[in-house]
Amino acid sequence: MQTNTQGRAIVVGASSGIGAALVRRLSAEGWSVAALARRASELETLAKECGALTRVHDAKDFDAVPELFEGLVRELGGLDLVIYAAAVMPKVGRDEYDTPKDLEMVAVNLGGCIAWCNAAARLFRTQRSGTIVGISSIAGERGRKGNPVYGTTKAAMNTYLEALRNRLAESGVHVCTIKPGFVDTAMTQGMGKLLWLVSADEAARAILAAARSRANERFVPRRWWLVGTAIRSIPSFLFRHLNV
Amino acid sequence: MSANLRQLLDLPTRAAPRRSFEYVEGWGMSAGERRRVLRPASVEELRALLARARTEGQRLALRGTGCSYGDASLSAGGDVLDLSRMDRILEWDPARGRASCEPGVTIEKLWRTILPDGWWPRVVPGTMFPTLGGVASMNIHGKNNYEVGTIGDAIREFEILLPNGELRTASREHESALFHAAIGGFGMLGVFTRIELETKKVHSGELEVRAVRAPNLEFALEHLESQRDRCDYLVAWIDAFARGRALGRGLIHEARYLEPGEDEHPEETLQLAHQDLPAAVFGVPKSEAWRALRLLNNDAGMRLLNAVKFHSSALEVWKGPYRQAHAAFAFLLDYVPNWKFAYGRAQQRGLIQYQVFAPRASAAALYREILERCQRARIVPYLGVLKRHRPDPFWLTHALDGYSLALDFKVAPERRAELWKHCEELSERVLDAGGRFYFAKDSTLTPAQAQRMFPPENLARFRALKRELDPQNLLQTALSQRLFGEFGAQSS
Repeated sequence: MQTNTQGRAIVVGASSGIGAALVRRLSAEGWSVAALARRASELETLAKECGALTRVHDAKDFDAVPELFEGLVRELGGLDLVIYAAAVMPKVGRDEYDTPKDLEMVAVNLGGCIAWCNAAARLFRTQRSGTIVGISSIAGERGRKGNPVYGTTKAAMNTYLEALRNRLAESGVHVCTIKPGFVDTAMTQGMGKLLWLVSADEAARAILAAARSRANERFVPRRWWLVGTAIRSIPSFLFRHLNV
Repeated sequence: MSANLRQLLDLPTRAAPRRSFEYVEGWGMSAGERRRVLRPASVEELRALLARARTEGQRLALRGTGCSYGDASLSAGGDVLDLSRMDRILEWDPARGRASCEPGVTIEKLWRTILPDGWWPRVVPGTMFPTLGGVASMNIHGKNNYEVGTIGDAIREFEILLPNGELRTASREHESALFHAAIGGFGMLGVFTRIELETKKVHSGELEVRAVRAPNLEFALEHLESQRDRCDYLVAWIDAFARGRALGRGLIHEARYLEPGEDEHPEETLQLAHQDLPAAVFGVPKSEAWRALRLLNNDAGMRLLNAVKFHSSALEVWKGPYRQAHAAFAFLLDYVPNWKFAYGRAQQRGLIQYQVFAPRASAAALYREILERCQRARIVPYLGVLKRHRPDPFWLTHALDGYSLALDFKVAPERRAELWKHCEELSERVLDAGGRFYFAKDSTLTPAQAQRMFPPENLARFRALKRELDPQNLLQTALSQRLFGEFGAQSS
């Protein structure tokens, strides 16, 4: 596609929020970027705004991934970076146990991540270079009352990405797990006043910095590390009484 | 593939082979490209893939575990058909020592299956990772080529799926032409789906090994000649940096199978645990040992390493004959995993191997000339290996009544063109001397040189059979494209 660029990247889950901000930042830095998302209209805006290559894709459509991946890598003329940023977090009531709703989160947040990162892992391992970034969440640190399966998908993602990192390290491939706190996106709309809220662009800047420095796991902003560490150390018999 | 397309082609829905998009390279890393890789797990899936290739005119390059050094399992513009998932041993008869295997079964899986019953593959290469489909296509040889021939000589029968979807069985008696053409036919005629092998009865899990120092090339050649009746395996390592009277100096390893009763505890030595390769090399964990070699991977370092190896071999010679497990003797290349990374891990770096097969009469002069020319050009191989060979009946065989000298050359981008030209010039001298080359190792031959290398009638027969069995020329590799183009067939 283009020569003389910083690199070539695929961002899955790019229609809004952190994903869209990452596409804008990468494009501005001179990367060739392919952006994928479910909503065509948002992608169109993104394409117009920063010239990204776009594809409409539902992260639950795992079977479509190998062909899409191949087509995009061919069009980009190679691949250096994959960012999986697709996620859904529907509102879940205090006494709600809704299996279809929960499995939708598993499919989008975790299933899609595995489908895309596996495809990337095969290419990166064989070419002995590349970076995979997974946008997880602070929500994966503990099983909280609020949204059991959202946290579960993020915890599973953390373990999966860690395993990929360990597998691919000897091939010179890096895998970076990002754990954002509250980011000002559609996902956090209507949640009231949130602690340490940062803009999507600010988050995107921190994520790319983490990937560049080959961080294994990075809280965004970094001060969430304190919260993550604290929250993990609370014993279960106390944690169940907390309203977090 | 979409459901509609599947219905359109009348393919079974279950036959959905794994597919991915990868960087596919030769083992030596000096050649590679991003390609779609298809991995069927059954003959049914394989049939479906060939059917689709016929419909779409899509070229396929057959690949096993990718152990050929150069471009033999790379694709020229098409997809790669990786058969490593078809890896079942279909039948093992420990009474007769016969194994019937799918093409993706590796040499490792084979020996691990048969050794506890007291059998060993008749022919193994220097690494245990190649697949049987791969070794049959390349008609590989081992350190006992002069005695037992190539892997093709150990194959009784095979089934092959032709590009038109027809499944044929071939042996020496039945479909003899197909048998002798497909073995060594570098994946051009069809896909092996079942290979039946004869194996060798062994009375111990160990061999008796002896090291002999060769002060020069002539000594090494003479020793391989004089000891061939006495030894079951013979191989010489050559220090390609040595000059003058020491030119071609090295270390010969000879080995023989133990007779019944010589090993007092065969039930122990035949166990797999007895065959494990050492876990550390000079105290460095195996998986990281290549990093240490990396530091020495330059002319000065390798000159030193070769000299140290030669002089320290005095100790091994002094201790006399010793016993060594089959795997430890056979698979020297597997001692240091990924040792090729010592040549640089970046794409298009790495190494090429240049293996010259020379008739007995001309070998000494030819090898002397090759080593001297390498030294004059300052393109000195970091590793040299000498073996004895014998002719076989396969149409495109590399083996002959003579020797082979295998040389590992480092590939550095700034000297790549120079290295290729150097090898091309050497190849002319080899062909003048009646020598041959080996597709599993080749990276540098030209089409004209490939023409000269085989008896013309063999090549003509092979071309005709290729056109008959694969009229669309679906089975192609980067190597076949480089050396034979379209095989004179109509391009689809």
